[in-house]
Amino acid sequence: MDARLTAEQRELRTAAARLAADLGPGSVHDLDEADRVARLEKAVAATGWRTLRSDGASGVEVALVTEEFARGLVDVPFLGPVLADDLRAGGDPWTIAVGAEAVDARGMERALALDGHRVLAGRVGAVVPGADLTRRSAQVVGPLEPVGEITAERAERWRALALVVTCADLLGAARGAHAVACDYAKVRRQYGKTIGSYQAVAHLLAEGLALIEGSVSVLRHAAWAVDELTPAEAIRAARIAKLYCARAARTVCETAVQVHGGIGNTWECVVHVYLRRALASADLFPARLEEIDLGLS
Amino acid sequence: MDFRDSAEESAFRERLRAWLAERAGTFPTSGDDYWRRQGEWHRALYEGGFFGLSWPREYGGHELPPVYDVILDEELARAGAPPRPSLGYLVQGLGRHGSEELRRRFLPGMINGTERWCQGFSEPGAGSDLASLTTAAVRDGDGYVLNGHKVWTSYSDSADWCLLLARTDPDAPRHKGISAFVVSMHQPGIEQRPLKMISGVTTEFGQVLFDGARVPADQMVGVPGEGWALAMTVVGHEREPSTLGFSARYGKLVRDLASRVGDAPPAELAWAAVQTEMLRLHVRRRLSEQLDGISHGPEGSLDKLLMTWVEQDVGHAALAVGGTGDPELLNAYLYSRAQSVMGGTSQIQKNIIAARILGLET
Repeated sequence: MDARLTAEQRELRTAAARLAADLGPGSVHDLDEADRVARLEKAVAATGWRTLRSDGASGVEVALVTEEFARGLVDVPFLGPVLADDLRAGGDPWTIAVGAEAVDARGMERALALDGHRVLAGRVGAVVPGADLTRRSAQVVGPLEPVGEITAERAERWRALALVVTCADLLGAARGAHAVACDYAKVRRQYGKTIGSYQAVAHLLAEGLALIEGSVSVLRHAAWAVDELTPAEAIRAARIAKLYCARAARTVCETAVQVHGGIGNTWECVVHVYLRRALASADLFPARLEEIDLGLS
Repeated sequence: MDFRDSAEESAFRERLRAWLAERAGTFPTSGDDYWRRQGEWHRALYEGGFFGLSWPREYGGHELPPVYDVILDEELARAGAPPRPSLGYLVQGLGRHGSEELRRRFLPGMINGTERWCQGFSEPGAGSDLASLTTAAVRDGDGYVLNGHKVWTSYSDSADWCLLLARTDPDAPRHKGISAFVVSMHQPGIEQRPLKMISGVTTEFGQVLFDGARVPADQMVGVPGEGWALAMTVVGHEREPSTLGFSARYGKLVRDLASRVGDAPPAELAWAAVQTEMLRLHVRRRLSEQLDGISHGPEGSLDKLLMTWVEQDVGHAALAVGGTGDPELLNAYLYSRAQSVMGGTSQIQKNIIAARILGLET
């Protein structure tokens, strides 16, 4: 048993974190900067990480990049294209569609959907409003057309991967929000002391870190399981991770809003951008408690 | 990265399974019956070659990586056998702070179970603020005379020895005046009083009153004033789920509960299953990190906090499944309330995380 990342995986994580730190939005104001978004799009496209799966990478690598991109609020598509690439490699980046909606669709022209084990494709249309300020969803224009089939086993593994990337996104958003809140607690002063020196505030942030560490552990296993366990086991691991990461991320992001006090409830404060992203990733490929198999290993 | 057993781990697991199958149902797993026969169970595990797996060979251990302790815990839970007696923190305390002579004298008996131990740290007036302890050790000839009151002393009534914290220098700053001793429990001047817990268990914890009991000076662990450092070593290890071996037990209770509810488990139970699986994987990740030699300082407080949340969620699941009408499940729930207190309260763990990991001002 060895749950450690390899040296290559740690390097990939560092590279993804650096890209997100350099070109991701550092503030709410930055979200509207078209030049920055264009530079970020170009940089992400150049990494080739949107085709990690067809290049042979495991669920662990995909999860690491997703997590770092969410932590840095990367606002060009990644989750969608990387899942589309796992369904059907090659060509321009496509994103995925869930129901009648293309997700993570900024600048995307086509979207793929999985129906049973049939792969369908459609054109991306007008943007639909959503909670997330960093990723946008769009209508799918016209009926979806079949473009191929994958085996039942591959379809199940894809569903596990889809759950896992949303978990990684949740974890990244939680870590980003938590870091902003800790920084704020170290500088904001009330009653002559930093607010982080008060146990009432410090304990919320300590709980947040424990939830983040638990999320790391449960996600690490689910990401590994995508390729290494049976499809049924991979789905089970992914559902457990999704339930845990979704609850943890929402709590951590809500804590970040609370620690910022009044400012945390204003549009200008970046914490709601993390909270919104976490809500969107919790909703995408949701897991329900009723689906949990109680026969624990 | 591979979460599966290696070939060696798998062979060990098989051997253990066969050993446990031969002993199925022979030892009680909970309540006072468990605590009464814990020593016997400890010796049986040791003689089978399944105790002290990660401890030094020269004291009777097997020097295996810590993941073997987790395999042991998982298989004990799977077989419905009693849990592994938790001694790791005492072994660490004596191993790290005791002289070569003390280690040779006491570690083998502690590990093989022929000598039973308890830990005399907490006092009625010194709980979270352990450094305020007042039990006194006063030099008298070739030894020390002990006076004071210890509480929450696990298995004190069956112990042969006590790893005791006592104040040797009342004039020193409070953290510096504390020393640690190995004290015989078989002597005049020691009075035992049982402590009945809210679950009705009476044999797990005791109170010990020292009234003129003696300890030879050469049974001081470390140097005078080293008691606080030893206490920090001990509580640090007490806070690791891998040391406590509780996580597999939670899984077992969740499976037992699942078998009672059929197709429509309450949401509390499904959530307890998620939490239990998280903890299982968290322990695995932490143990893997130890392979890199990452020290377990304040991170143990994160582990302890996660473990506490899991145990108490499992307790809530027991209550959701059994209501208050099932005495066994009610006791499982009631027992879980102590987890956020023992080994350092959740509030203390959060203080440690906030100050030492997050770097918040104190």
